Amino acid sequence: MARYLAAKLAGASVSLVAVALTAFFLFRVLPGDPVRALTRGRPTSAAQLAQLRHQLGVDRPLAAQFADYLLRLTHGDLGTSYQYKTSVTGLIGEHLWATVYLVGTATLLSAVLGLRSGIRSAWRHGSVGDRVRTGVAVVLWSVPSFWLGLLLIVVLAVGVGPVPGLFPTGGASTPGTHGAVAVLTDRLTHLALPCLTLVAVIYAQYALTMRASLLDEMGSDYLTTARAKGLRDDQVRRRHAVPNALLPTVTLIFVNVGFVVSGSVLVETVFSWPGLGSLFYEALSVPDLPLLEGLFVVFSAAVILMNLLADLLYPVLDPRVRTA
Amino acid sequence: MSPDRSVNRRAAAGPRRWLALAAACAALAVPTVAATRPAPARAASRTLTIATNGSVDSLSPFLAQRALPTYIHRLVYDFLTNYDAHDFHPVPAMATAWSTSADKLVWTFTIRDGMTWSDGQPVTADDVAWTYRLMMTNRDAATANGNFVANFRSVTAPDPRTVVVTLNQPQATMLALDVPVVPRHVWESHVADIGTFNNDTRFPVVGDGPFILSGYAKNQYIELTANPTYWRGRPAFDRLVFKYYKDSDAAVEALRKGEVDFVDHLTPAQYDALRTARHTTLNRSPGKSFYALAVNPGATTTSGQAFGDGNPALHDQRVRQAIMHAIDTGALVRRTLGGYGEAGGGYLPPIFTANHWRPDASAAYAYDPDRANRLLDAAGYHRGADGRRTTPDGRPLTLRLLGQTQRPADAQNATYVAEWLKAVGIEVTTRIVDQGMLGDIETAGNYDLAFDSWITNPDPDYVLSIQTCGARPATAGATFPGDDFICDPDYDALYARQIAEYDPAARAAIVRQMQQRLYADAYIDVLYYPDILEAYRSDRIAGMDRQPQPRGMYSGQDGYWSWWSAKPGKRSASPTGPAVLAGGVAALVILGVGGGLVVARRRRAAADDRE
Repeated sequence: MARYLAAKLAGASVSLVAVALTAFFLFRVLPGDPVRALTRGRPTSAAQLAQLRHQLGVDRPLAAQFADYLLRLTHGDLGTSYQYKTSVTGLIGEHLWATVYLVGTATLLSAVLGLRSGIRSAWRHGSVGDRVRTGVAVVLWSVPSFWLGLLLIVVLAVGVGPVPGLFPTGGASTPGTHGAVAVLTDRLTHLALPCLTLVAVIYAQYALTMRASLLDEMGSDYLTTARAKGLRDDQVRRRHAVPNALLPTVTLIFVNVGFVVSGSVLVETVFSWPGLGSLFYEALSVPDLPLLEGLFVVFSAAVILMNLLADLLYPVLDPRVRTA
Repeated sequence: MSPDRSVNRRAAAGPRRWLALAAACAALAVPTVAATRPAPARAASRTLTIATNGSVDSLSPFLAQRALPTYIHRLVYDFLTNYDAHDFHPVPAMATAWSTSADKLVWTFTIRDGMTWSDGQPVTADDVAWTYRLMMTNRDAATANGNFVANFRSVTAPDPRTVVVTLNQPQATMLALDVPVVPRHVWESHVADIGTFNNDTRFPVVGDGPFILSGYAKNQYIELTANPTYWRGRPAFDRLVFKYYKDSDAAVEALRKGEVDFVDHLTPAQYDALRTARHTTLNRSPGKSFYALAVNPGATTTSGQAFGDGNPALHDQRVRQAIMHAIDTGALVRRTLGGYGEAGGGYLPPIFTANHWRPDASAAYAYDPDRANRLLDAAGYHRGADGRRTTPDGRPLTLRLLGQTQRPADAQNATYVAEWLKAVGIEVTTRIVDQGMLGDIETAGNYDLAFDSWITNPDPDYVLSIQTCGARPATAGATFPGDDFICDPDYDALYARQIAEYDPAARAAIVRQMQQRLYADAYIDVLYYPDILEAYRSDRIAGMDRQPQPRGMYSGQDGYWSWWSAKPGKRSASPTGPAVLAGGVAALVILGVGGGLVVARRRRAAADDRE
């Protein structure tokens, strides 16, 4: 068990170091001169261009820049954003909560919804309910998230015909809201539509994975045994079949949490959500190298940590891993 | 296990599981009730909300280079001069009067009496001199506006009402110094960290404009409040909120709903769709930008070293003029802009009437493929059997056309231009790339034709300067202040003359001459000037001032006229009654459907158990 833990931890740390090293070179390959992007359309003399180049440090040789980057990284400093002229760590911190709040809620809801729907479908596979559930899930899964988001804005935020527009059209809060209850409800109303969009688009994979892995267990002898013991159908499902089928879905959920942090860019854009996704999109257009590096490290770290968490959770969920 | 216990467990387990989902439902239902709560801010004070998607690099007037923060600075800090709402000519602001010395090198400004900063301190000439001197002496403070003071020898404040600027060379742009003046007593403590201080830590920010910067959340909103003591008069709205909408379709929906009161940068499709919207006033204004086709003149450095691989065929003026005769700019306006724009002519857009130059009918590049063919024939590029032209040494005449993905018009226009040029025998290969990539290709000089666009200012100096020889790069392939590697000594001589000409009419005459040269050279060909399309809620805003007048824009003005003059409409608060009712009904429906589902599922589950 200790060896299992140590191996997983070591693997994760090696990945993290590799990510930190590649982040620097990955974005230097991007075309575009940040100095040009930042000054275009502004009266800027050649001297000012040179000064800006010096300020950003892009006039130095690549090796020196890399050494700088490594030195900063050891202090936990991700540098200063070109376009925001402020610390990358602070910027990411400011935008992180919004993404975690949105993506966290959406993942939780879609996991619950996905698991339930998948279990129901598998247990009564081939039934009308199964076909409807699977059909709906697949349709939503293939819908472009920005399109679904806009549709929800038109229908539920603005209102169509008898449907009243109840939710805000964008943003995470109303400026100038005061009072604990008012702020709380304001945040929740703003969360509703982007969260609904994300849930609708991502729950299908949990549902389908759960359905498939539960179907694999369906013919197993131990279920027949359980039934023979006189257990009710419901108990057979809940106590015997589902725990054995849960592993792939749990892995998927954790891996997804990591990816979803970076993958909600489109939903964040449609709903003007002040999260990491939109920050990344803006950084790309400059390119704002320190911010891109910082976000890349954070996104990758999220995936690695969630994988690690899934690995650590296996022994808890599945005794077979414990003994292996 | 007894059947009874099992049934009990079922009954207990069912609700428990469904309780979780019901809680989730309730969490989603809570907001429907919350949404109906009256908006206290709007009811208590009159707020004007503007949808924006501009990035804010910094709120420090010394650092901000992006359009949105520099525009915000116009609202919260007074400048020496402002631009007239009717025709953009410089008008008094902080300075009430000015005079120049006979040698044109000394400018004396009289500072307005009785102005105060929002913390009650008086605004003096010393604030002006200190701000300018800081930019002259501190490299970090020069980041944003250093260009404006590059030609300054000294700035002094001999008394609290007088600022004297001494120049190295005459500079006609002295009434177009777009430099926010900051309060010395506040900013003196930030000199040490002027390169990193973003002016966004303490609100309200001390200023002297018509509005006071009172709040900011990155990528969410910028909040301004009316300055009650502004010398030109207090704005009628109490609050001005710039709210972020990263998706323009979402912003349009927010306007329909009334969550924002003003949207700009509408596409023709969005603009037309809003025609039927209730309580909505549309505004179409000539724009300040031009959209052009840049022709590579053969990239060179300031010392004349050639680089890049621009097609040498383009060095022939007849070829460049033939290209312009082959392009139907009127069709581009109709098809790409949906008619919302004006076909190209002089370099400076017609909105700036004082400086705009229009070619007369005989010199204009009218759409005339026959003439284009004749010009190309005369230049020695003859058509082969397949209709394609070849260079005098027998190779096919092929041009590369470059556009960027971030400007949707490029892809569309590229298709048309390629077709038209093909019709006169020129093969075109089109590349639409990311703007960073486009920048790299352009700075390397590796293009033949490229789409190009610039936003111009009331003072034409800057956009004229980017086409001078000195704006080329010092070394091959380096990012440079200019645009298209153009180097024409005659143009440069005119440029030097206009900057030293203090008489507005005489200077405008030189500026028109410069445009004439650019037009005839045909290295930078303006295809069209896009209109600005805006819309606002007429129930919230009764009216506001355009710039210029009578046809002009509200957003993106050079000045603060629109928001400063905006009068609140009849509906300053959201109606709450019907919304409360609707919200309640919606919550009931959601709970009802949820409850119905629970009951149905349980019934079915029970039925399963009986199997």
